[in-house]
Amino acid sequence: MRVALFITCLNDTFFPATGRATVEVLERVGCTVSFPREQTCCGQMHLNTGYPAEAARLARRQLRALAGAEAIVTPSASCAATMREHYPELVGEAPPVHDLCSFLVSELGVEDVGARFPHSVAYHPTCHSLRSLQLGDAPSRLLGKVREIDLLELAEADSCCGFGGTFAVKNADVSTAMLTDKIGHLLNSGAEVCTAVDNSCLMHIGGGLRRLRAGVRTVHLAEILAAQG
Amino acid sequence: MSFPTAAKSALANPQLRHNLARATRTIRARRAAVVSEVADWERQREAGAAIKDAALLDLDRQLERLEAAVQAAGGSVHWAPDAAAATAIIARLVRAAGSTEAIKVKSMASEEIGLDEALAAAGITAHETDLAELIVQLGDDRPSHILVPAIHRNRVEIRDLFEAKLGERGLSPEPRELAAAARRHLRERFLSVGVGISGANFAVAETGAVCLVESEGNGRMCTTLPHTLITLMGIEKVVPRFADLATMLPLLARSATGERMNPYTSLWTGAREDGDGPRDFHLVLLDNGRTDVLADAVGRQSLRCIRCSACLNVCPVYERTGGHAYESTYPGPIGAILSPQLSGMREHASLPAASTLCGACYEVCPVKIDIPAVLVHLRARVVAGGQAPRGEGAAMRALARILLSRRGYEAAQRAARHGELGPGQRLLGPLAAWTVSRELPQAPAQSFRGWWHEHRA
Repeated sequence: MRVALFITCLNDTFFPATGRATVEVLERVGCTVSFPREQTCCGQMHLNTGYPAEAARLARRQLRALAGAEAIVTPSASCAATMREHYPELVGEAPPVHDLCSFLVSELGVEDVGARFPHSVAYHPTCHSLRSLQLGDAPSRLLGKVREIDLLELAEADSCCGFGGTFAVKNADVSTAMLTDKIGHLLNSGAEVCTAVDNSCLMHIGGGLRRLRAGVRTVHLAEILAAQG
Repeated sequence: MSFPTAAKSALANPQLRHNLARATRTIRARRAAVVSEVADWERQREAGAAIKDAALLDLDRQLERLEAAVQAAGGSVHWAPDAAAATAIIARLVRAAGSTEAIKVKSMASEEIGLDEALAAAGITAHETDLAELIVQLGDDRPSHILVPAIHRNRVEIRDLFEAKLGERGLSPEPRELAAAARRHLRERFLSVGVGISGANFAVAETGAVCLVESEGNGRMCTTLPHTLITLMGIEKVVPRFADLATMLPLLARSATGERMNPYTSLWTGAREDGDGPRDFHLVLLDNGRTDVLADAVGRQSLRCIRCSACLNVCPVYERTGGHAYESTYPGPIGAILSPQLSGMREHASLPAASTLCGACYEVCPVKIDIPAVLVHLRARVVAGGQAPRGEGAAMRALARILLSRRGYEAAQRAARHGELGPGQRLLGPLAAWTVSRELPQAPAQSFRGWWHEHRA
């Protein structure tokens, strides 16, 4: 199957390893991956911050950049949710975009991607993956098939980490209070690694963990699926 | 004060944080348990939303039906376009009933119009009879939750308050003993004051019946013992048919207190001539900004709200800040969309941003108000009204210009790798807010597109 990768501006700029892992996993399950170079940003931040006119211009540009793709796959549940849920109202159409996990599980029917990741891992279900895109248990099913992984329970897993885009800076104190509780639960879980399907949330959680020298890493779920070491 | 500033002091209060976390966790678990008993809960939510929408989209006609039905049953109907009109009408009605006192059932509409203060200014003493409202009134405090107004107080704080204000001695902080102390204080009022003031959860256009739900029985006493009953209700509380209550009441009880049915459901229609209940009944219909909300195609769903507070109890922001940080009658997620619409975007410009858009509120709302969507809509109204933080518009437009051109975007990526912010210098303020508690991500040596171009293109 031919898929176009939408990397997202955040991953492209700061988390290229997630992009390389996404390509590797998609190719391993038999997809032919293209990367339409004109893509930049889906407009989520502008839309959610109160700039719908700018968001609509970015969305129209994004649709042009990805035009013709029969399936678009992205390693970001919140960007996928923006394009699926909000583009129809914003620009009148939604592209055939899928978050990586739901694409693998629901579209391709694949749960075992041949990964091996010998570490203890806590999975944080991000808000958009859970409540907007309703990924359900697709990420957990994929993680469940990873060899030698030690999946640990995360208390109050489905509560928000406190990122929320510009919320993290506009309401930095409340955001930090939420992050503190999330980190507390992560440390209590005993995991070496915190994973999720969105690097924006992981940038927030990971930024807090590094500030504390907590010794817990954040790794995007695509990178766990790509790992074979 | 903006929400972030008000939140700061709440976050710094460990007792408050503990009280809130404990209380919201308890109510959340109770709600989740009773909702899981209902197999077709999603269909019930849709039915609830449809009933409210049907009433709202036909509001002028439904209100006239309600007025006619209440009048036919011997009651009077008063139309109050705003808070000042409503308080003036109610003060006049209390005086006309020959009283300088009134006993009150907890009512959000009454909080919204500042009724207690307005009555006091008119020489009328209003006695709150709901236990939590009494705690708030005695403490010269403000409610911090729609349904549990004293959620920010724990039992020891309440015991101390009762000893100081009710002349009680040697009270233990046991809930039963505290409730008994409040009862001793309230019983005298119930039996001596001739005017009752209540809110309403629903009013039925078809029959003129007014419906009030509560847990303590004080509402039942306020609406039956006095000779005069004045009910204040927002115009969005009307439902078309009596049968609609069969859908709305269980949705409310399970969402609000996590009960299958609330302990007291009072329904009354007009006035009674036989002495069993008030002989004078006045219904005050309050607009106070509601028709403006109705005119906004996205915002109008906010008027479906039945004040259950489920959204407060699941909100990760509310759980940490409590209600006072919202500085409005309606706190939490519903307050963040209602208050700016009802009492002005200027006054509440920071509330639509007081959410991570995590969606927990929408998930539990029994009438399916898409609170995140309304928040985003209101953020755009804040920006359009010139209320956004200074410099934000310029930074967002500059960023959009970069992202709208591949060459500009790729140049910005190169700048980020070299640790330069380039045209994003305006982001310095936000970056400082980020780094109070979080490290910044390190830009890697190569962007993804750089890698793709080198290895795959």
